[in-house]
This record gives sequence, structure tokens and C-alpha cells, in this order.
Amino acid sequence: MLNVEPLENGTVIDHIKSGKGKKVLEMLGISELNVGRVALVMNVPSKRLNKKDIVKIEGAFVSENQTNLVALISPNSTINIIKNGKVSEKRNVILPKVLDGIGKCPNPNCMTNLEHSKMKFLLLKNEEYTCHYCERSFNAEELVRN
Amino acid sequence: MDLISIRDLDKKEIEKILSSAEDMANGKPKKKHDGILATLFFEPSTRTRLSFQSAALRLGMNYIDFSAETSSIKKGETFVDTIKVISGYADVLVIRHPKEGSARLGADVSGKPVINGGDGGNQHPTQALIDIFTMRKIKGKISNLNVSLVGDLKHARTMQSLVYALAMFGAKITLISPKGLELDIALVKEIEEKFNAKIKTKNDLVFDDADVLYVCRIQEERFADPYEAKRVKEQFMIRNEHMKNAKKDLIVLSPLPKINEIAEDIDSSDKARYFEQAHYGVPVRMAIIDYVLMK
Repeated sequence: MLNVEPLENGTVIDHIKSGKGKKVLEMLGISELNVGRVALVMNVPSKRLNKKDIVKIEGAFVSENQTNLVALISPNSTINIIKNGKVSEKRNVILPKVLDGIGKCPNPNCMTNLEHSKMKFLLLKNEEYTCHYCERSFNAEELVRN
Repeated sequence: MDLISIRDLDKKEIEKILSSAEDMANGKPKKKHDGILATLFFEPSTRTRLSFQSAALRLGMNYIDFSAETSSIKKGETFVDTIKVISGYADVLVIRHPKEGSARLGADVSGKPVINGGDGGNQHPTQALIDIFTMRKIKGKISNLNVSLVGDLKHARTMQSLVYALAMFGAKITLISPKGLELDIALVKEIEEKFNAKIKTKNDLVFDDADVLYVCRIQEERFADPYEAKRVKEQFMIRNEHMKNAKKDLIVLSPLPKINEIAEDIDSSDKARYFEQAHYGVPVRMAIIDYVLMK
């Protein structure tokens, strides 16, 4: 078993769909944050998911708005905020109601793909998103596939 | 305000526009404007462009016209920059563009009201308002009217807007299209849930119970096989022989242009009301211009 030492202060993103951990780091822009060490452990055995990825970020308490973006690619992920070696907050990720400036419209005929303008998607009742511009609906993962 | 999608309007707002259009049709515009309307058409148009220009003139406005072929778009100027510039020249903009979402993007960057004159296969809300106006004017109501929508329902932007408005007003809708050219299932579900609409779908050209037959073009360019395109076009051409079992007071409407969708012998029939429908484009668009400027 590959062991990563426990965090004293930081954020643990657990129950990430296996293989999506790298994408989670990209989405959160972790390389751009002023954080300490970052661990990505892939293919960890899991009772619930069979296999999962885990991300540990040292020294940064990632905000709810930011971690909710994880729901786009791994809706069952959980967030643990660690302070002084203890879990101070536990939360599930939920799909953001509005995605502003995030993702890319999968419709090749959408104007945003011609002008490369800022994107906006609105969450629908069925957990799909509609493009503010072309009005087509997509599942969440399609928007952040590339 | 902008008018980009039929989803931007509720029933009350549509009623208000239709009522104002009725006044305009009767030569009683409530409010004259003295500003400038800009028509920005990045793809061809006859009815939408000219009826908006005519509407502006009849409201007492002037218009300026933009053509992508002779503009700085040819030099590589972006759509967004073009809209920002022209927003300084006019008081209201009408945009048609082949890309979906273009009008919304234009509205986001323009400080002036924007009206969508058709954005790719997405929306054509002003056409839907003309269609609803025509149906109500001739039939006296929309609620419980049997409306059959025929043709390429998948790609026609007119249908995307019209089916939504019809469902909002409680019409009984039948969708008749060739296989593979059916209306987007997500839109059908949306209007069924939102308006409790009962939608029937067919692949055969049978419309015995219809009060209104609304015909749009089969877009030949969408077919990979030209023979299949020809076969489907012939199969879906509305001819007098199809009228044998039709209701006596059936009316035939179309957003036009009609190429081969409607046989010429229908033109002379009293069922054909599509030219009258095209003429209503002026008062309805007068009402729309008035609405976006006053809101």
C-alpha cells in the first residue's frame, strides 16, 4: 500500500472517480495556487467506488465554490478540510448553478467557438447545463472534456 | 431589453406584443420613434431584413444596413468588435448570423437593444410571433388549435421558436418530419414538462385533423445521399391531392421561401395564407421594435 502522510492543514478531495484526479487538479488550477505539497493518489481501492483517486493539498483551504467544480467531472467526490490535524469540515460537492467563464460549448456551431468568447452555462433541473448562447443542453462532463 | 429567444418572453409579454401588432396592422401605431435601426445580416435574407426595415420606416425611424460581404468582416474584424462599433451608430440592432448564440453574444456586448433575426439552427423568435399572430388573426385562437408542423424540424430555427410558443398558448401540436429530421427530443420534453403540452409525432404526411399546416423547407444539404434527399423532398411536397381529406377551413402557412415544399397549385387555393403571413411581418416587427425600445 502506497502511503501519503496525513495533512496537518489543508484540503482532501476524496472519492474522485478513478482516473479523474489529474483533471481535478487542472480544474482547480492547483499549479497556480500558492500551496504547499500536493499529492495525487490514483486507483485507491474503495468499497463504494471499487477504485478511486484522492487529492491532498497542503496548506490551502479550497473554497466551496471552487470544490463544487469537481462535481462536473466526479459528482460523488467528498471534501475534507483539515485544520490542526483534525477534520474541521466535511462536505459533498454539488453542481454549480451557473458556470461563468468555465468550460467550452460542445456545439461546434455555437458562436462561442468562433469568437472564443467567455462561456456561460446554466444548470437545469435534470442536472444538465444549457449554453447561455446557443441554448443547447449538455451533461456536465461534456463541458470540461477538453 | 433584447429579444433573443422565445424563452425570453412569457405569455403576458407575447399577448402585449400581439395586441400592439394588431394596432399597428390597423394603422394605429401608439408610439412613433425617431431613432435608427441597424440591420446586420451575416447571411442572406429577404423577408426578415426588408420587413424590419419597412417596420422601422413606418414607425418613423430610419435604418442603416450592414452587409458582411462589403464590410470589414472581410478584413478579419471580429463579430464582437463589429457589434460594439455599430452599437454607436444605431438605437436598436437586428442581427442574423449562421452561428447559434450569435445574437445573445451580440446583446451581451452591445449597450443597445438587440433583436435576433435568426441565429443558425437555434432561434427565430420574431418569425414565431408572426406565425402566432397570423394563426390567431385567421382562426381567432391558438388554444386547442390542431397545428401540424411539417418538414425538417431538426434544423429549422423557425420550428424551435414556434413549437415553444404554440405549446405556451395551448395548441395541439403534431410534428410531421422525415425519419432522422425529427425535432430535438430535449425540446419536446422541455415543452411537455413546462406547458403540459401533448405532442404527437409522425413520419407520414397525414394531416386530416389539422386546422393549420405549417410547412418548412427540407434542407437538401443536410443529406449525405442526394438521391435520398430528392426522394424525401418529393415525398414531403404538399400537393392538392393531400388536401382531399383535409378540413375545409385548413390553412397552410410557411416561413418562406418555399422552393419545392409546396406545389404551385396550392398557391391559388384559399387554403394558402403564407403570403398574407409574410405581410404580417411588418406590423408584428413594428410592435417588436416598439416593445424593445419602450421596455
